[in-house]
Amino acid sequence: MSNLMERAARPAGRAQPGPEQAARDTAQVTMAAALNAALADALASDPRVLIFGEDVGPLGGVFRVTDGLAARFGEGRVFDTPLAESAIIGTAIGMAMNGLVPVVEMQFDAFAYPAFEQLTSHLAKLRNRTRGRVSLPVVVRVPFGGGIGGVEHHCDSSETYYVHTAGLRVVTPGTASDAYRLLRQSIECPDPVIFLEPKRRYWSKEQLPGESGPAIGQALIRRPGTDVTLIAYGGTVATALETADAAAAEQGRDVEVVDLRSLSPFDDATVAGSVRRTGRAVVVHEASGFSGYGAEVAARLTEQCFHYLEAPILRVTGFDIPYPPPALEQYHLPGVDRILDAIGRLQWDDHA
Amino acid sequence: MITLSSVPDRVAAALPPGLSPLRLIAADGSADDADEMLVMPSDQVLVELLRRMIVGRRFDTQATALTRQGRLAVYPSSRGQEACQVGAVLALREQDWLFPTYRDTMAVITRSVAAAEALSLLRGEWHCGYDPYERNVAPQCTPLATHALHAVGLAYAARVKRADQVALVLLGDGATSEGDTHEALNFAAVWRAPAVFLVQNNGYAISVPLAKQTAAPALAYKGVGYGMRSLLIDGNDAAAVYAAVSSAVTRAASGDGPTLIEALTYRVAAHTNADDATRYRDSAEVDAWLDRDPLRRLETYLRGQKLVDDGDLERFGAEAERFAAEVRTAMSGDMTADPAELFAHVYAEPTRALAAQREFLFAELAGRPS
Repeated sequence: MSNLMERAARPAGRAQPGPEQAARDTAQVTMAAALNAALADALASDPRVLIFGEDVGPLGGVFRVTDGLAARFGEGRVFDTPLAESAIIGTAIGMAMNGLVPVVEMQFDAFAYPAFEQLTSHLAKLRNRTRGRVSLPVVVRVPFGGGIGGVEHHCDSSETYYVHTAGLRVVTPGTASDAYRLLRQSIECPDPVIFLEPKRRYWSKEQLPGESGPAIGQALIRRPGTDVTLIAYGGTVATALETADAAAAEQGRDVEVVDLRSLSPFDDATVAGSVRRTGRAVVVHEASGFSGYGAEVAARLTEQCFHYLEAPILRVTGFDIPYPPPALEQYHLPGVDRILDAIGRLQWDDHA
Repeated sequence: MITLSSVPDRVAAALPPGLSPLRLIAADGSADDADEMLVMPSDQVLVELLRRMIVGRRFDTQATALTRQGRLAVYPSSRGQEACQVGAVLALREQDWLFPTYRDTMAVITRSVAAAEALSLLRGEWHCGYDPYERNVAPQCTPLATHALHAVGLAYAARVKRADQVALVLLGDGATSEGDTHEALNFAAVWRAPAVFLVQNNGYAISVPLAKQTAAPALAYKGVGYGMRSLLIDGNDAAAVYAAVSSAVTRAASGDGPTLIEALTYRVAAHTNADDATRYRDSAEVDAWLDRDPLRRLETYLRGQKLVDDGDLERFGAEAERFAAEVRTAMSGDMTADPAELFAHVYAEPTRALAAQREFLFAELAGRPS
């Protein structure tokens, strides 16, 4: 880990590629390490960037995403706060008003709820309230979702609380490489960004990305296909890709997988473009289905693609229940079989 | 490291000095500056305090009148709290920041924000009306105590940037029950942030009296729990408010940490023009506080010291009338709210979806008979 951290902690500027840089360019890193690299590169390249939250200092965060950063950059820039989420967001707002770029961590999804008023009434609204005079480039990192055997309050999919609030951007990476890119983009973004980190993918590995790639608001076609579009984000992107492979093998279906990346704003062009090509769509997320993010996706696609659709848009989501205990979460989370079933339930008469 | 033997010292250091509110001028206008905790402001400052309080009260009366004329949707008066509103703001330096609430419009205009701008929100606009960076005044905050955290963050950032800036937060007694007050005091103390918290204890949170708000012997005593220097002062004594806030600003600026000041005052008017205070308090109580009027107190003192005379008072009164006339003129026109602006500042750049919604609204407006 320490060797990896050394590489990960290099500054963003890549003017002098040496052996170390070459190693970074080819090494497979976990999503947690990619996020760590993004934070380190942001700290190194922009003196306005500060990182704070609960246990993010010497401990390096409960998921080790800030591992080594306090030691490298000092506790003036990477530090622990008292245990109070509203204050973490509220003080981040004041720091941003005074020219800093705070990147704060909510330790777990459900532990961000005490900060709700600061997020929705102030972080999201101060730009509007001041007619654009006050800009709040704050990034709120939130480890979210289940699949890690976590207990109550540690596995919530809280995205709809945030996407329903005008003024916030909400993004979530599906892969390690994208985690690096999206976090750097979020830190550079002049708008406040809720950065949702899919906990169950912290240990998935990829190479860090090159310089070019999709912008912060763009969805990405992870796997091209012709028969049906699977729309996923965060933790379900990998599940969707796995499903696509299984569909090809078991059903002979050619599945396109779209990784939304940005939940707000929504990339209508990319997603609707895909669905117009394939004529079918299934939205997948861990969060409860009722009034969930998939409902918005299905509504938008129906409005924009109605004449291209061969079947109603289906959703595969978590049940409308409190997040279940570790022993039962497998029944709740959308898995490959449940998604395959949904694909099978789409109207396929024209394929007969 | 906290040791058992160090606890008494730490407690003693944090306790508010004395049991009665600190003051420099008694309610009858006589000098009451035996206490060495507060330093009497200079003659020049005292006269300026009176002048600005006279203008402030006239502004407050004018704003209330504007609600009756339909020019303001609502106005929460700070009548009776002029010593806090003016004394605290004059104690700030140009580079410092003010974080006001909805009841602190008098403080905002004392900080030289244009009155018409400061009244935008109360007039029914969707924005705060002024550029916070012009006079270092944060938007007047409607939710209780949330702005206290913004002030702590801004003050902390000032220290990070090695900028000589202090943030002053205005709070009411009701706001001290909110969790964000607790979190703000705690963060400020732990970080030794250059922040000053002025609690204007005016006795009521809309209709709820202080006794139903807290069992604390005094709100200032809450500072002890945070390890924060705290002061209990007479909030109708402008000299005491100015002196207390000045000393807190000086301490904060020199790295000695934040201060919590509880100022005992009274909300003479109802919560807003829409409120009926007779439903929850006796007129005798109001009358008793009218006898402790902050303007009369300072005027009596200054006359006694031969620092102002009838001529000065006439000039201040005339200035206040001119100011009120300017406010009337500025507020007499109809609001020209532009629907396009609804979409302009939600994000740094309007998203495609918002741009489409703006076009939708324009098309709808274009299709409508005017």
